[in-house]
Amino acid sequence: MTTATVTPRRPATERAGFGHLLYAEWTKFVTVRGWVIAMVISALLTAGIGIWATSGYHGLPCGKILPGGQQVAAACPAPPLGPGGEMVTDSFYFVGQPLPGDGTVTARVTSLAGSATPGLAGGTSALQPWAKAGIIIKASLRPGSAYAAMMVTGRHGARMQDDYTRDIAGLPGGVSGASPRWLRLVRSGDTLTGYDSADGARWAMVGTVRLPGLPAAVQAGIFVASPDWVTDEDGGSTQASGVFDHVTVAGTQPGHPWAGRDVGADAADNPLAGGYRQAGGVFTVRGSGDIAPAVRNSAGSGRAADEGIIGAFAGLIVVLVVATMFISGEYRRGLIRTTLAATPRRGQVLAAKAIVAAAVTFTAGLAGSAAAVLLGQRMLRGSGYYIFPVGELTQVRVIAGTAALLAVSAVLALALGVIWRHGAGPVTATIALIVVPFFFTGPMAILRGTAADWLLRVTPAAAFAVQQVLPAYPQVSNAYIPQYGYYPLPPLGGLAVLCGWAAAALGLAAFLLRRRDA
Amino acid sequence: MIRALSAEWAKARTLPGIGWLLLGAIAVTVTVSAGASAALSCTSSAACHPDITQLSLTGTDLGQAVVVIVAVLAVTGEYATGMIRMTLAAEPRRLIMLTAKAVVVTTMTAAAGTLAAGGSLLAGRLILPAQGYSPARGYPDLSLADATALRATAGTVLYLALIALLSLGIATAVRDAAAAIGAVLGLLYLFPVLGLAVSSPGWHRHLQQIAPMTAGLEIQASAGLKTLPISPWAGLGVLAAWAATAVLAGGLALRFRDA
Repeated sequence: MTTATVTPRRPATERAGFGHLLYAEWTKFVTVRGWVIAMVISALLTAGIGIWATSGYHGLPCGKILPGGQQVAAACPAPPLGPGGEMVTDSFYFVGQPLPGDGTVTARVTSLAGSATPGLAGGTSALQPWAKAGIIIKASLRPGSAYAAMMVTGRHGARMQDDYTRDIAGLPGGVSGASPRWLRLVRSGDTLTGYDSADGARWAMVGTVRLPGLPAAVQAGIFVASPDWVTDEDGGSTQASGVFDHVTVAGTQPGHPWAGRDVGADAADNPLAGGYRQAGGVFTVRGSGDIAPAVRNSAGSGRAADEGIIGAFAGLIVVLVVATMFISGEYRRGLIRTTLAATPRRGQVLAAKAIVAAAVTFTAGLAGSAAAVLLGQRMLRGSGYYIFPVGELTQVRVIAGTAALLAVSAVLALALGVIWRHGAGPVTATIALIVVPFFFTGPMAILRGTAADWLLRVTPAAAFAVQQVLPAYPQVSNAYIPQYGYYPLPPLGGLAVLCGWAAAALGLAAFLLRRRDA
Repeated sequence: MIRALSAEWAKARTLPGIGWLLLGAIAVTVTVSAGASAALSCTSSAACHPDITQLSLTGTDLGQAVVVIVAVLAVTGEYATGMIRMTLAAEPRRLIMLTAKAVVVTTMTAAAGTLAAGGSLLAGRLILPAQGYSPARGYPDLSLADATALRATAGTVLYLALIALLSLGIATAVRDAAAAIGAVLGLLYLFPVLGLAVSSPGWHRHLQQIAPMTAGLEIQASAGLKTLPISPWAGLGVLAAWAATAVLAGGLALRFRDA
């Protein structure tokens, strides 16, 4: 037996300290077989539920059922692609003539009103906020071709819009016989300039846009469109009618006849077929549809490419339970006393635990969400739904962002576990904060509009914004709700909200861990 | 059995957390219900909620989470402290012990649930007329004298009691608070959230018919009964089946496993 005392070389151990601590926490995690299995289950749930949710349809959404009950499979027709490669809606009633080169279109709009649609069940004759009547110069009448247009709208004043996604505000206010709107579009090569005026004498420029690759010969004229009405769970077509006079196209051959055409309308027996009447210099045009980017809603048969990611909700709950047990297990078994005796620097113990929990859940989340997105996409392609195009970088953001969501949620649960020193509170609190807000904002829910939006801005549930792939357009009326993949915060902003919660909880946990007896 | 019951009652009564949690369940239910009633004003026919009985009982959605905690902790608390060995030494007939525990927890939940559902309905009765849900618009005052409102309110009490049984069964099988609560809340809340993403309307309806929460809460429906995915009492039956399965699984695990 030796009596020599061993003095530990403190500086050396401190340098190696945190690595050892990480290794110790890692060992604690991987030697509990149940937790490792649970992480595998979390990844499998994320992937499996995603695949199941995207494959749920067997009858093909746009198929027909014959009178004998036999189902005929058919894929849903995909909307045309705009010049930017995005899916667009491009249907309206057009009255115009060819414009062989440079020129100017001018018109005065004296009325825009909703019109009844007797052939449609559930239709409405109310004027839609984004119903449009105006002048347009368009590369061709093929849906999806480049265009620029000046228009008056139902509720949003005069606008200049081009190539589906861009929108510039002009004169505010509605249009009537007493306060008409003059609109003008000047084309010079591939540059188009829009003007509006209340009296036809004093003109104000609204905007100048370039349409690259605009052919020399284009179509020019007047148009009317009226987009679908939408609520959270319903929607339907509408029609509007606009009255124009003082319509001139400078640059075309004088006396060229006007021709009317339903652009982008699918069926011949369409109850919403548009039309026009010309009496003297007054044109009355009826049209329906929209010239705008396509959005996902209850009416459409399109799906976002990443919809399989919904399975992450299931994987998340498993992650929250394991992360909580990672700390509550220590309190329950008294292991925390050994842990803190071995490493009296309590803040570092917490940091090591958080890093291990985050790293493990990030890995499991990455595997699960990559499988859910990539396999879910294949299932959707086979289902007959058309898929909104999504860039590869966006997909990477959705997959990595979802894995980060799981990892940061795990840290939040862990921190709450330190604060509570018990398993029941943290699991309930994190599920209530991250999952339940969606239950209150769904289509059946009682919270609508702003209240629901705020719930998804301030709770950690905001992080699911990282899964949004389709942009929301202010110039398109739609139910921009989570069910259709739209969130009130931008992707990284939403993730930052969750990070803020986790950081605050971690800070409080570190404080309490130091202050309190274990 | 009486001895087992009084033992379980003594444990539940003297634990400091249980009473506060039950009060919390009542408070959460009534607050969320009142908030929902106050949030959805009936200014135009499109904005009006078609079913004010259901609207006034909305807090159940969140209040049940607290009931889950109560029921889970009644079981896992004993495992966490090792008390379970004492309990089983005193009452070696394990299924009797579980039955006594179930009776005590369910009774406490039902008592708290009665206050929660009654309070929610009362809050709705006080708030809703000011929000535009007046008899003149076809929304009579909420009252327990109305058979449908009575069914919805009493059904909510039964719903919460069944949620307690479901939690008790799962907790007995799992023996850990975090895992049991995760399992029960996952079972309750995941189905409705996943239902949002399922592409097929048929599948969506099936999900609502088999999920314990969506099916069970149809007991609160008082309007549009013909279009429900499952009728109110049948829906409560679905939840009862889930609860029975969970208690059976917990009972078997308790009977054939070391404590």
